[in-house]
Amino acid sequence: MIMTRRNLLAGAGAFSAWLLLAAGGLLAGAVRAAIPRSAFDRATLDDIIKDLGGSGSSESGDIEMHVPEIAENGAVVPVEVTSKLANTRSIALIVSKNPHPLSASFQIPEGTEPYISTRIKVGETADIIALVKTDAGFFTSKRLVKVTLGGCGG
Amino acid sequence: MPDPMKIRATVVGEVAEVKVLMAHPMETGQRKDADGKLVPARFIISVQAHCNEREVLSADWGPSVSKNPFLAFRLRGVAKGDKISISWTDTAGESRTDEALVV
Repeated sequence: MIMTRRNLLAGAGAFSAWLLLAAGGLLAGAVRAAIPRSAFDRATLDDIIKDLGGSGSSESGDIEMHVPEIAENGAVVPVEVTSKLANTRSIALIVSKNPHPLSASFQIPEGTEPYISTRIKVGETADIIALVKTDAGFFTSKRLVKVTLGGCGG
Repeated sequence: MPDPMKIRATVVGEVAEVKVLMAHPMETGQRKDADGKLVPARFIISVQAHCNEREVLSADWGPSVSKNPFLAFRLRGVAKGDKISISWTDTAGESRTDEALVV
């Protein structure tokens, strides 16, 4: 193919588009991510919320949480969250004293109940925080979990 | 090839409950093995669930989801015989997809 200026620009445009798609995780085989991975490196709730596109949160009595009061094994702590807030879009789980507090984030599309049950590692006695994103902003609820045997490693 | 997931999907009334048990070490990178050496981090970072072709859940995970992850969620508009498919991808680029029918 003769390298004309038009060909070069068309090629550059296609490459840039490819880069954008790859960055957005939209290529087949690329890992899908609904939230930036940087959120998993943040040390505070507020910084996590910023990475999720928010600016602060309010506590809500409309988020139900079931966690054990005392976890004998911090490596496997069951957590159940049900959001009764209208237009719940995502539920995230944060452990206040873990080295990396954000544990998991779940996107809830229409047709899926705003309910999640899973098991997470809790390194030491800490608050487990449910962070719920709705169309009206970010809301939280928390429960203290006492840990007798820490769950994060050695 | 990673070990298969166990998926149970049952519908009661209008709501289907899906329970998944994945097989994965979910290493944080902070654990030491018997020789005192750090075990490298390796954990699931992305999970998607589909019912037939519709995406019904997507999740981003860090290393503090427990080993052999358990996950349960609930769906509306699902009937017996619908196909539930769960996929995960981890930090090493490994992935796994398993399916089950709603009963």
